[in-house]
Amino acid sequence: MDLDLMISSFPKLLNATLVTLKLLSLSLIFGLILGLFFSILRLNKSIFLNKFSYCYSYIFRGTPLLVQIFIIYFGLGQLEFLRSSFLWIILKEPYWCAIIAFSLNTGAYTSEILRSAFETINKGFIEAGDSLGISKKIIFYKIQIPIAIRQSLPAYGNEIILMLKGTSLASTVTLMDLTGVAKYIISTTFKPIEVFIVAGGIYLFMTFIIHNFIRYLEKKYNY
Amino acid sequence: MDLLAFGNTGWGDELFFATLMTVAVSITAMILGFCFALIFTPLKLSKNKFLNFIGNSYTTIIRGVPELLVIYLFFFGGSGAVMFVASIFGYDKYIEINAFLTGSFAIGIISGAYSTEVFRGAIQSIDKGQFEASKVLGLKKPVHFFKVIMPQMLRLAVPNLSNVWQITLKDTSLISVTGLVEIMRQSYIAAGSTRDPLFFYSFAAVLYLLLTFLSMKLINKLETKYRRGY
Repeated sequence: MDLDLMISSFPKLLNATLVTLKLLSLSLIFGLILGLFFSILRLNKSIFLNKFSYCYSYIFRGTPLLVQIFIIYFGLGQLEFLRSSFLWIILKEPYWCAIIAFSLNTGAYTSEILRSAFETINKGFIEAGDSLGISKKIIFYKIQIPIAIRQSLPAYGNEIILMLKGTSLASTVTLMDLTGVAKYIISTTFKPIEVFIVAGGIYLFMTFIIHNFIRYLEKKYNY
Repeated sequence: MDLLAFGNTGWGDELFFATLMTVAVSITAMILGFCFALIFTPLKLSKNKFLNFIGNSYTTIIRGVPELLVIYLFFFGGSGAVMFVASIFGYDKYIEINAFLTGSFAIGIISGAYSTEVFRGAIQSIDKGQFEASKVLGLKKPVHFFKVIMPQMLRLAVPNLSNVWQITLKDTSLISVTGLVEIMRQSYIAAGSTRDPLFFYSFAAVLYLLLTFLSMKLINKLETKYRRGY
């Protein structure tokens, strides 16, 4: 055990944690929007929209996140029309490529979580709203969405933790996030166990906080 | 389509063998995972506080730390650990471990943590009366486990194990960082030498989709088998 290395690598790893947290929060925000959008499409009666949304979630849940990042980072640069368009400003940055891949990935999982939450809402609530003469729009925003959010909290908490672990893949496209810096320190000092303990400890601490935060929310919105 | 030709002119046969490698690693990892689960599930269910702590730390740590970090630990630390053990027996030369073994072991440990949780959940949701009844009937321990608990546990566990299998299959893509030639690594090599990454990575995605699709079909059959009578 090399305690000095553990102490000296801690600030570097903590700095890299900021990158991980930025990646995580941005992709969760975009992913939530995507997920909500696609889960609403899934509930739509139009067969085309329904199938489109199903294919989206099937493809992104059936392939590894690594493939998705590589397609977006290495693959899309190959298309000439993309390189000459304004999108290239975003797509040439590994940072944004990683965020796009993570958002699309977590969006697919989130859409499934929200869909099952919408489907398990008791029909009585909607019928009660209908019989009180409340408009469809208000029923959706004031009844269906709050109930669906409460229903999906435990599953969404798991998804946040999976995404936190997923952000480690950003290190494969040259981003120096927590895993990237950990790998760098391991390959320069060749002390994998010490670095693993520190970096793993930081990850575990983050999962612990997320887990408890979700539990707190679950208790708060219990009905 | 020329890029996918078999033989020396295309990447078809290379990608085919890479797919077999992915399947081989996933199956090895899944079986290793079952072995870990067999060790750690009893620990998690044990009433002894110390054993319980060991079981819980295993699942919490592995499920809370990114897969990539675990793979780096085994990739960089694996040969060191083996050499340390070998040096106790008086062997001091450099030992290089096979990428297949390190990779399967790393993924196996990860998949074992998920399997442990699945088995624990399944055993805990078996009706208490079943345990009591087999005790009252005076069944021996192995009979009690293999004939009473196991069949009921499998029925509850198979749907969740199919999720674990999917996770394991997708996690094997991460072993490509250690240089083992599976789908991802082969696509990386092909993309590098043909300068056509979009095509090869998309094809890799199709291969993974195919694998998940086929395994889901197989697992659905298993599920109906274990659900008969319910």
